[in-house]
Amino acid sequence: MAKMTIAEALRQAIREEMQRDERVFCLGEDIGIPGGFGGAFTVTLGLSEEFGHERILDTPISEAAIAGIAIGAAIAGMRPIADVQYGDFLFNMMDQLANEAAKLRYMSGGTLSVPLVMRAPVGATARGAQHAQSLEAFFTHVPGLKVVCPATAYDAKGLLKSAVRDDNPVLVFEHKLLYGSKGARTEKGTLSIVGDVPEDDYTVPIGKGVIRREGKDVTIVANLLMLYRALSAAETLAQQGIEAEVIDPRTLLPLDEELIFNSIKKTGRLVIVEEDNLTNGWGAEVAARMADKAFFWLDAPIKRVAAPDVPPPFAPVLERNYVPNEEKIIQAVLSIV
Amino acid sequence: MKEKEMNLTQDQAQTESAYPSLPKEKLLWMYRTMVLIRRFEETANDLYMQGRIPSTLHLYIGQEAVAVGISAAIRREDYVMSTHRPHGHALAKGVSAKAIMAELFGKASGACKGKGGSMHVGDIAVNMPPAIAIVGGNVPIAAGLALAAKMQRKDFVSVCYFGDGAANEGDWHEAVNCAAIWNLPLLLVCENNLYAASTPFNKAFKIDYVAQRSEAYGIPGTSIDGNDVMEVFRTAYEAVARARRGDGPTLIECLTYRQCGHSRSDPRTYRSKEEEEFWKAKDPILRFKNYLLTKKDIDEKELSALDVSVEEEIKEAVEFAEASPEPDPAEVYTDVLKE
Repeated sequence: MAKMTIAEALRQAIREEMQRDERVFCLGEDIGIPGGFGGAFTVTLGLSEEFGHERILDTPISEAAIAGIAIGAAIAGMRPIADVQYGDFLFNMMDQLANEAAKLRYMSGGTLSVPLVMRAPVGATARGAQHAQSLEAFFTHVPGLKVVCPATAYDAKGLLKSAVRDDNPVLVFEHKLLYGSKGARTEKGTLSIVGDVPEDDYTVPIGKGVIRREGKDVTIVANLLMLYRALSAAETLAQQGIEAEVIDPRTLLPLDEELIFNSIKKTGRLVIVEEDNLTNGWGAEVAARMADKAFFWLDAPIKRVAAPDVPPPFAPVLERNYVPNEEKIIQAVLSIV
Repeated sequence: MKEKEMNLTQDQAQTESAYPSLPKEKLLWMYRTMVLIRRFEETANDLYMQGRIPSTLHLYIGQEAVAVGISAAIRREDYVMSTHRPHGHALAKGVSAKAIMAELFGKASGACKGKGGSMHVGDIAVNMPPAIAIVGGNVPIAAGLALAAKMQRKDFVSVCYFGDGAANEGDWHEAVNCAAIWNLPLLLVCENNLYAASTPFNKAFKIDYVAQRSEAYGIPGTSIDGNDVMEVFRTAYEAVARARRGDGPTLIECLTYRQCGHSRSDPRTYRSKEEEEFWKAKDPILRFKNYLLTKKDIDEKELSALDVSVEEEIKEAVEFAEASPEPDPAEVYTDVLKE
């Protein structure tokens, strides 16, 4: 067991998968340049020295090519881990991901598969509207993709390994304030998410959420940074005698509906917290499914806490009002208990 | 029109150069495959007009020399990435006429089990993934297939077909640049048929030839007579050899002409009858037939026998497609993810 940040855990997952399987390689911008950063958030730092520049492949600033090349390589038997510096740049490769990666298997009548991993940092971090978005919902809408969002170091290693071994395209969303990146790439306002990470080979299954805190009064579903804000809100609520059960979905597509459903059976109440804009976020889908499935178990309306329907702002005071915080989560809970 | 400057009037035989002569068997395969594509497309068109197949159709009539010339220069293990106009590429790569026809009918026995359709024909068994109908979207994927060859230390190459219109897509530029800097074994085969849907080439390009763009990426490029199957073959042969040697990609611009409209609903009112006649006179099959009869030891009887065998193959394909069952409606749910 070792203490690791999420960035270190992701790096270790990549290292172990590359050692285990020679088909695994990384491609992206600034991931292996000597003297460089190891990707925007240090995840691949040192790996080019270890594995060489062919398997830690630096690309031009060409996001569509990164995604498309990963698709082609995957079809021909490789296991690419593609890297985008900021999740927002996924829009540059949207065609490749949504039209090609997600549909090639179906269009082939199930005769080929596209085993690629696409890693993308999300979250608002004082960079303004184009380096800040939480884009999970754009991809949970696309059949043929899987979407995961590890919020702990343990899950970061285990889910990334599962993603590499999955025969389908998997998007891995990572939060900038959870990486724990060190040195020049340290993020202001970062949480110190250092966790115990086994040194042996383990995986975290895609499609399985986890209960991070048990409670009987209300279920809170929250991913990535919002998980920590929800846990913090739960502690405050506990002081008022309200015990919140906090669920980390870990995978958004396919969603672990049973875990959320079973929790609602116990609590009768549901609050969903996401950093994405409110309208048509992944939380809307969770709400719709639970309104259908858990209708007779719910004692109150389902509440969503999300960013308002505006672009991510720059000024710290605006950004603080944009990203859901502990207070907003508490308000939502208090409105239904 | 620019085609007049393109030196397309020269006789086929005059362009024959240093390439070792092809065995008769291969020449006959090339002729037969060109006729197969032509007759497949004419038949598909008839079936469509009779309302017997759903969907739209993007016919390859007039461009047969490109798919056949390229395919004559590659192997089964080489990859092909095609476009929304893929029937000819697929037939030349070895996807069966039956499987393609059944796919056009939306049948369970189709090349993609009825889940692809006309614009996504392919068969991974012959290393042709489903064709990509997003213009330019196939180019990065083709580069990725070529990257796999390089990383796996294998000598297969990747062929990417695209139209002149695709060369104005961002994906094209990103992928060509990556293939260039990494010396990927990729053939960039531009089928410049003078129109991107209805938009003429000169409204979309400041330059005269797509191949001029190769220089900007530091790779070889050439514009050739795309209605001369032997010239296409010879050019592809050199590019394939170069790719297998590890010397990188080549841009081959095949100047050709789409004798039909862009798709089935296209009345072709944006171009003149004179232009269409000019290009019909350069029909790739007529020219190759003439070449075989006058320059090779092949007689009319041999070619007629091939024509007859093509008719049989097409007839069988249509019968197979019509007799095949439709997919089980429950099939809509399968083949999304690999378990």
